[in-house]
Amino acid sequence: MLPRGNGRSYGDSCLVPGGTLLRSQKLDKFLDFDPSTGLLRCQAGVLLDDVIRTTLPYGWFVPVTPGTRFVSVGGAIANDVHGKNHHVAGSFGNHVKSLELLRSDGNRLALDEEQGGGIFSATIGGLGLTGFITEATMQLKRVPGPWLYSESIRFENLDQFFLLSNESAITHEYSVAWIDCLAKGKQLGRGHFIRADHAPAPPGYPAPRARKKVVPFTPPFSMINGATLRPFNWLYYHRQLRKRKGSFIHFLPYFYPLDAIRNWNRIYGANGFLQYQCVLPPSSARDGIAEILRQISASGRGSFLAVLKEFGDVPSRGVLSFPRKGTTLALDFANSGEGPFKLFKRIDQVVAEAGGAIYPAKDAAMSRMMFERGFPNWERIVPFLDPRMESGFWRRVGMT
Amino acid sequence: MEKSGDDLMERVLLIGATSAIANAVARLYAQRGARLVLCGRDLPKLAEMARDLAIRGANNVDILELDATKLDLHEILLEQAWKLSGGFETVLICHGSLPDQDACLRSTQVALGEFLTNGTSVISLSNIVARKLTSNGTLAVISSVAGDRGRASNFLYGSAKAAVTAYLSGLGQELRASNINVLTIKPGFVDTPMTRHLKKGILWAQPEAVAKLIVSAIDRRKPVIYAPRFWWGVMTIIKAIPEGVFRRIKL
Repeated sequence: MLPRGNGRSYGDSCLVPGGTLLRSQKLDKFLDFDPSTGLLRCQAGVLLDDVIRTTLPYGWFVPVTPGTRFVSVGGAIANDVHGKNHHVAGSFGNHVKSLELLRSDGNRLALDEEQGGGIFSATIGGLGLTGFITEATMQLKRVPGPWLYSESIRFENLDQFFLLSNESAITHEYSVAWIDCLAKGKQLGRGHFIRADHAPAPPGYPAPRARKKVVPFTPPFSMINGATLRPFNWLYYHRQLRKRKGSFIHFLPYFYPLDAIRNWNRIYGANGFLQYQCVLPPSSARDGIAEILRQISASGRGSFLAVLKEFGDVPSRGVLSFPRKGTTLALDFANSGEGPFKLFKRIDQVVAEAGGAIYPAKDAAMSRMMFERGFPNWERIVPFLDPRMESGFWRRVGMT
Repeated sequence: MEKSGDDLMERVLLIGATSAIANAVARLYAQRGARLVLCGRDLPKLAEMARDLAIRGANNVDILELDATKLDLHEILLEQAWKLSGGFETVLICHGSLPDQDACLRSTQVALGEFLTNGTSVISLSNIVARKLTSNGTLAVISSVAGDRGRASNFLYGSAKAAVTAYLSGLGQELRASNINVLTIKPGFVDTPMTRHLKKGILWAQPEAVAKLIVSAIDRRKPVIYAPRFWWGVMTIIKAIPEGVFRRIKL
């Protein structure tokens, strides 16, 4: 059996082949909300989209948000998701005050951050393996409204990224970079750095209507391949004619650009795509990222979306939490047979040598060795595992 | 988010409020800041629902215990509902049950009980609501595509809904002069607790999708809505099949 929220994890951490998925979809009630303190208690099937819709009118926002708002509260906890403000706010689990865990033997455990102990930190980032989260209480954060002020800065190479990132960590709440994986030599790691803060909007700014473009069919081939990728990257990199550009932006296109296109994954064709997201510790990050970028460039396999961000030093609460101090890189690849997996093995080596880790929520290829190296304390969750919970991911890393 | 003045306030009464479709409709109205009165048999569940709707933006939520099969209490309970809110712009009747067709064949008592739940009680409530609604009001009732033609697999439900549909059709004509709209809602297969034991397939809709169509139809004062809309086409074909041929089909 395996608990499942909205199934937005990219790989098999939300699948249990041959087993039963316990879906939280209908557990979608708000239980309690105090608009003066921002403390919210809700069932685990509530989506972050619902939380925002419901609490933003009162001036509150989710304290941490991943790249899609269509994840459930339970899923956000079970993957200890992170966002563009990690260097300020840590990850989602840092804002959970308490939760209720339903075990397969029927026991309901009320866990809170003070007294939760081992099972609380096993459940945060615990991928559903300790039981079914039924409800949670979390602390939202105050915002002046739906707007942010965002600045987009073009940078020429990886060293410039780190300079910008360091500077922005003190001045801005949200920051992330998009980088061109096909750039080589002196331009290795060039891209756009986007940093933002919540802001009151100037009056007269209309909110964008939900402009939903749906990709309505699955093309028989992937629209993303070597031929399409290189010119796109060049154009995208150069699109910003001025080096630095700032503007007001509504939270929907700032946080959730891909949510506007439902079923965007169909662009990759019937075989779909693979995601690889890793984090490298500060001491080895610069060289490690450079090496990974060189490997990708050499392979000719590009990533449509390559994201680079520095995590801060707010410690994560979960035993299997992915976010930790260092630099994280996230890449997409068309799932075109053996090729991407061979590349992953090469990148794995760089990550392993650098002392980094791979993110289970995105993963479809991690080996047992990479798992153990990325999460050296993993054994701490063993006493709290629910004997009947299993996932494709857990089997793949050899834990069952 | 606050609406000023009672004339802007939407007041919505939901009977059978704990049903999945009613819950989804109630959420849409809550997001619009409406005042809601929820009626049903399960008070604890209604209370939980009320809390959820209040958080989602409802201006006010009241709950009322109401068992639709107790016909003699309809007048007095609806009177209470009207007192709670001072009147309603929109009334939704959503209660129902899915009969075990075989059990209905084996026992006429069971069969007539199901007809009471899905047919007679709906007509009774509608009859009373019709007298209480005022100009610009809407009575919206969940009937079913099953009411468009009786089928062997489901004809107690189908006949009850057919009675409801015919009743609403006439009532709609009658109330037009008073500027009250009657909306007959005809969902197809919807994934709800009522249908949890049935195997789902491509024709199945989620309550949220049905709810969106309902609220839109109420806003636009439509007389009938098939939900999802493709069922209009399906039922047009099914209704056109000559009876002699229809008898030979297994539906």
